Amino acid sequence: MLNIYCPFCAESRSEEEFHYHGQAHIVRPADPDACSDEAWGNYLYFRANPRGLHTEMWVHAAGCRKYFNVVRDTVTYEIHRSYRIDDPQASAL
Amino acid sequence: MTEANRIPGGNDIDYSCPITFTFNGKQLTGYQGDTIASALLANDIKIVGRSFKYGRPRGIVSAGEEEPNGILQLADSDATAVPNVRATQQEIYEGLVCRTTNGWPSVDFDVMSLVGDLAAKMMPPGFYYKTLMFPQFLWPWYEKVIRAGAGLGVAPSVPDVDTYDKLNRHCDLLIVGAGPAGLAAAAQASRSNARVLLVDESPNPGGSLRLSRDLIDGQSAAAWIEKTMRELSGKANVEILLRTTATGYHDHNFVTLHERRSDHLPSRQKGASSRQRMHRVRAGAVLLATGAQERPLVFANNDVPGCMQANAVSAYIRQYGVRPGKQLVLMTTNNSAYQTAFDWVDTEGGTAVVVDTRAAPDPVLVARAKAAGIRVMVSSAVIETKGLRQVKSAVISGFNSQTQTLMGRLVHIKADVIASSGGWSPVVHLSSHTGTRPEWREDISAFVPGVSKQNMWTAGAVTGDFSLASALGQGIDAATSALTQYDLPRLAVPEVQEAIPLEMEPCFHIPHTRATSRAPMQFVDYQLDVTAASIELATREGFESVEHVKRYTALGFGTDQGKISNVNGVAIAAKALGRSIAETGTTMFRPNYTPVSFGAMAGRDVGKLFEPKRYTAMQSWHEQNGALFEDVGQWKRPWYFPQGSETMRAAVDRECLAVRNGVGILDASTLGKIDIQGADAREFLNRIYTNAWLKLGVGKCRYGLMCGEDGMVMDDGVTACLADNHFVMTTTTGGAARVLEWLELWHQTEWPELNVYFNTVTDHWATATISGPDARALLSELTDTDLDSDNFPFMAWREGVVADIPGRIFRISFTGELSYEINVNANYGLALWERLIEAGKKYNLTPYGTETMHVLRAEKGFIIVGQDTDGAVTPEDLGMEWAIARRKKFSFVGKRGMAREDCQRAQRKQLVGLSPIDTNVILPEGSQIVFERPTQLPANMVGHVTSSYFSPTLNKSFALALVRGGLDRQGETVQVSIGPDEWMAAEICSTVFYDPAGDRQNV
Repeated sequence: MLNIYCPFCAESRSEEEFHYHGQAHIVRPADPDACSDEAWGNYLYFRANPRGLHTEMWVHAAGCRKYFNVVRDTVTYEIHRSYRIDDPQASAL
Repeated sequence: MTEANRIPGGNDIDYSCPITFTFNGKQLTGYQGDTIASALLANDIKIVGRSFKYGRPRGIVSAGEEEPNGILQLADSDATAVPNVRATQQEIYEGLVCRTTNGWPSVDFDVMSLVGDLAAKMMPPGFYYKTLMFPQFLWPWYEKVIRAGAGLGVAPSVPDVDTYDKLNRHCDLLIVGAGPAGLAAAAQASRSNARVLLVDESPNPGGSLRLSRDLIDGQSAAAWIEKTMRELSGKANVEILLRTTATGYHDHNFVTLHERRSDHLPSRQKGASSRQRMHRVRAGAVLLATGAQERPLVFANNDVPGCMQANAVSAYIRQYGVRPGKQLVLMTTNNSAYQTAFDWVDTEGGTAVVVDTRAAPDPVLVARAKAAGIRVMVSSAVIETKGLRQVKSAVISGFNSQTQTLMGRLVHIKADVIASSGGWSPVVHLSSHTGTRPEWREDISAFVPGVSKQNMWTAGAVTGDFSLASALGQGIDAATSALTQYDLPRLAVPEVQEAIPLEMEPCFHIPHTRATSRAPMQFVDYQLDVTAASIELATREGFESVEHVKRYTALGFGTDQGKISNVNGVAIAAKALGRSIAETGTTMFRPNYTPVSFGAMAGRDVGKLFEPKRYTAMQSWHEQNGALFEDVGQWKRPWYFPQGSETMRAAVDRECLAVRNGVGILDASTLGKIDIQGADAREFLNRIYTNAWLKLGVGKCRYGLMCGEDGMVMDDGVTACLADNHFVMTTTTGGAARVLEWLELWHQTEWPELNVYFNTVTDHWATATISGPDARALLSELTDTDLDSDNFPFMAWREGVVADIPGRIFRISFTGELSYEINVNANYGLALWERLIEAGKKYNLTPYGTETMHVLRAEKGFIIVGQDTDGAVTPEDLGMEWAIARRKKFSFVGKRGMAREDCQRAQRKQLVGLSPIDTNVILPEGSQIVFERPTQLPANMVGHVTSSYFSPTLNKSFALALVRGGLDRQGETVQVSIGPDEWMAAEICSTVFYDPAGDRQNV
């Protein structure tokens, strides 16, 4: 069971307080109606499945209800970083 | 002393406290401090079980958790029965009752054993797969017979009477194992103010020190244990848990500890505490001081009762005061096992022969042995045990340990115990639970823990360093490093005089004069009857990966997880494959280290507490008025209210007619309610719902449909405008939590600029819905609110006082009748309900449940998300084009998704009504639909029935269904499968069966 740092609560809590929400930094197209079916399909369904570092979104469902991002190693399950979605450094990842 | 093998001097035994217990119906005695195994050995009971596959007699092999054979059924009563208890760990108590778990008709006379060697020849690995392949339809029968013949303990057949606990806890340092390394580490860590948890599975601390003859600081090991424990017990920051096994080492230093609190107590004292506790520990650092287990050697008939681990023999002598025989033959590849021979001849009348596989063992040690009267045979090996039900003699051959071949002639030596030691295997199990592969070390012929990504430390024998001085030093070092933030000065490492330092030569499998495949069976895994020959056969048949060999032969699949067999098995496989052990690698160990009772995992979450139940404020009234309940998510909702001996059908018919012709009352409190506030609340709703929200006025309500980005319907409900910046949204009962998370997702990740806030208020409000032509008359008796249809029209809401209780009245309808949903503070819910019931008497107000609600809503074609939809249904598929506002400026969630080519194609499955030709037949929900009755099966289905009921109002059965291209097939007939080769024709019709114009809700 992972131990996840919530950047809003500023505490590490057990995984059972959180829900997983898949790959982070998926941006909704600014004008969905202008998207081709293929572009929309990519946005909807295609996700990275890396062996190694993965940036993913979690929500502190049984806590503050805030979404945040986590950089986790999918091999060792080490969590390298938790950060707020509005973290200015977020785009650097 | 009545026990034949009992001797004085057992460190753990209280000789003043005899105990009576029962084994296989026979009363035996032992002492306080005995395990079942030590007490049985004391009573000279050799056979404790029959082997799994071949029915061979088996005896105690070890003195700890690695025991493969002594697996017993503990059964004071069926309610307290414990299957598969390790006799080597279970302490005896007055009145304990146990029996062997296999052997038919009895463990002393097993039919299978008569078949003897023949069975072995007949049952190579993969026997079942190879033999019982055909005919396939007989598999269930084969399986039944095999299961009856195989297996270990019996699960209790009645509920467990014991209680169990679970604890969540944290510590800075968790030390697993209270042997020399663990105790030294705890002593060092205790000098900080870090929270330290020290656990050991034994009833007593000390680990290997409990039988050691080494001196620490000039004192006996026992004295050092006592001194260290005294110091530790005075520290407030140190907690010591004995009889507690670290069973699983999980991600991020999460460790499960299985504490046995009363398993060692007589039945009458057991109830004083919970039986077991599961500690769920999140540790800052984990220090594994789990020690090592001795590997027995593999040789012919090495499973005959009396064949034991060398170290276990010492444990029985030193700890338990039991010498399990008189004549010991001890085979070893190393020095440490000599101690067992010394321990043996130290007792009165014991003789010992040491058979050393090495050509030149330490001459000082050999001289010491000879001086003690021990015969030492070097360059020799025991190749076979003679004796059927117990060891009679050992067959010894000359042995070249370099070439691993036999030489010279055979010698027979009488013996009643053959102990063997092939070296030591560090207990790497916990370290590998988190995915770290153990690493092979050639110099010690053993696997050691790999490098972990977690904050894990190791100390003592688990590191592959078996000296006592190292264990103490490593314990202190590891604790210091693990608690580096405390900057602890190192304790001085105690001065150690070791009796015998370990030297060894690798050897696993002693060859026989005959080829392995023809020699008497050489057992690797005792519990699952895996032999050296079967591993060699597996490699010959092409299983090259050690993981495959494991699965093919079942090596290590027993309740002991192959603790003493793993390395021997890997070594034999490696040799057969012509590889090194390092190349072959080992299989992974998984949690749990030893079996954990389900009770401990469940803790108190059993019976009524198994899952949380949610009740509305009106629950007591429902119960008093005979409601039957339906589970909706965690909620208990009244299903229907039968009167007298009424059947469900009769009750539902009566409730339906009451609503259609008079007035009924429904507890709608369970609907999800989300309070939404903020200047941009309206804009947010406009983006998240498919329909338009910008113009909804204060005091109005609107039905909303919510889709995922893929355009599929995910929830629906009515949302009311309380103020320009304040709305309350209702969701399906089961969808409330999911919808709230969904709203937060969009707000937080996509539209943080919107000023909007969400809060769940489901539990804050109780809701009584009155529905039917008389609803207005009834309500008007309890409120001053103007109910006139012009002033309070359909799809409006008003703040008002009902039955002296302030609340909100919503004029919305899920039945198609004139309805008012009255919401009040949940604390007043029951009072409101009772006042409505009282005032409703003269209108024959009828309480109705979810079943009637379903019938009434289906008559109106109102969908239930999750019943009439399945995650692949768009609003258009439901014929709800009217709920999609495509012209909205913002591209609402789901809009682009439902415009995809696939969502727009013709012939999608669409929601339609179905009228069965036989109006008395209720189509089973889920029934498959075809256009024409098929001439042969299988046939392609074109849809299925989603909702189906009998309508007492229309006096006919009806259904809703998803049918391919259904919206264009009105009036066509389809065939519905209602049983094997049974079909019912039904006509496709509108989903609205009753009052299509909607006049009745609009009065």
